[in-house]
Amino acid sequence: MSDVQELSRSNADNKTMPKITFIEHDGTVHTVKAEIDSTVMETAQRNGVTSIVAECGGSCTCATCLVHVDEKWSEVVGKPSAEEEDMLDFAFEVKPTSRLSCQIKVTEALDGLVVHTPAYQGR
Amino acid sequence: MSETIKTDVLIIGAGPIALFAVFELGLLDIKAHLVDILDKVGGQCAELYPEKPIYDIPGIPYITGHGLTEALMKQIKPFHPTFHLNEMVTTLQKTGEPLFLATTDRGRVFEAKVVAIAAGGGSFQPKRPPINGIEPYEGKSVYYAVRKMEMFRDKQLMIVGGGDSALDWTLNLQPIAKRLTLVHRRDEFRGAPDSVNKMRALVTAGGMDLKIGQVTTLEGVDGQLTAASVKGNDGSVSRVEVDAMLPFFGLTMKLGPVADWGLKLVDNLIPVDTGTFETEVPGLFAIGDINTYPGKLKLILSGFHEGALMAQKAYHYVYPEKKLVFQYTTSSTSLQKKLGVA
Repeated sequence: MSDVQELSRSNADNKTMPKITFIEHDGTVHTVKAEIDSTVMETAQRNGVTSIVAECGGSCTCATCLVHVDEKWSEVVGKPSAEEEDMLDFAFEVKPTSRLSCQIKVTEALDGLVVHTPAYQGR
Repeated sequence: MSETIKTDVLIIGAGPIALFAVFELGLLDIKAHLVDILDKVGGQCAELYPEKPIYDIPGIPYITGHGLTEALMKQIKPFHPTFHLNEMVTTLQKTGEPLFLATTDRGRVFEAKVVAIAAGGGSFQPKRPPINGIEPYEGKSVYYAVRKMEMFRDKQLMIVGGGDSALDWTLNLQPIAKRLTLVHRRDEFRGAPDSVNKMRALVTAGGMDLKIGQVTTLEGVDGQLTAASVKGNDGSVSRVEVDAMLPFFGLTMKLGPVADWGLKLVDNLIPVDTGTFETEVPGLFAIGDINTYPGKLKLILSGFHEGALMAQKAYHYVYPEKKLVFQYTTSSTSLQKKLGVA
């Protein structure tokens, strides 16, 4: 691939990569770019947000990728599915805005999303 | 303590990699015993994603975790492996060249010529709820499993959770407990509808209490609980007198006893030689997600390959006098006889 193509591609990426901010329980802030159609959990893992454990690798079966969606974003992100709500029973300190981050698909509408990660994911 | 079980190979774990290793060993006339902490075979495939799709098993475009486990069990049937489920290997010692002595948490002792650690992400252990100061109560008045129901007779018992474990134990222990309180974070239960109905009927009849909320604090002395506080979703806190608690929040993978066997570990993984999948200890192998080597991919297909190569090296330890001739299942009558198809 030529340099010119590389450049145009990365410009395109900039345009279509929403920013997500993870605020860890100790106050550490990670603001990172996310790929459209990936998940918030995958974005955390790619960017070293270690408070997202994701033991099951994203199949909604372990409840170790819990996030508390920032109140301002809760409506945009939406409610968990029935399956996810069931899995939330295995998480701790679940709040009305809590979600499993493997079940949040990254879309353009989520550009600027802020989520808070818990101190403890069960291990 | 039971009599020592002598076996060619002891496999620690009974996930898909352990199961397929039984096949590869079986083709070489090597018998195996398998020990797994779960109450079923299949490891993560059975515990984490029984109904989820797997798309990258060679030649199988789509299969579920449960489906793969079933298929592997069918495939290894001719080799009659012995399973010890609900059991954890706690100690492992090298006693010969090679010979190993392993003991389990149930007091079973194995003497094996070869040991293959196929423990995946470690052992599945109950999730500990993040309640401050819960540790001193564990094993004394807070339990993550019921080994003997009688322990809860005439107790003021609190069960926490909303799945089948929580509901089943609620229904089983309610008749013998002095008073039972079930605590769950929401007024919906994912357990079997029949169990939910029975539980709700008991609540209506005054036979037990149901509290919606989360346990926040524990009170007690020397590991003996006396009370627990439950914070409701409306913020109100209620204090309940309890002398035993059973939290059910599912399982998480912890490395477990493997960490205590004196093995060299890199990021909690066991380094192996990629020609044999043997560890630095001759006769001790590690296959599947628990091992590491340059280029390692945590894929089921990689673990299958690792098991096949492990079996080749294991043969030399089990049958030191014999020469191993490589054969194909497609063409070898001897292999087909072992598989019961010739």
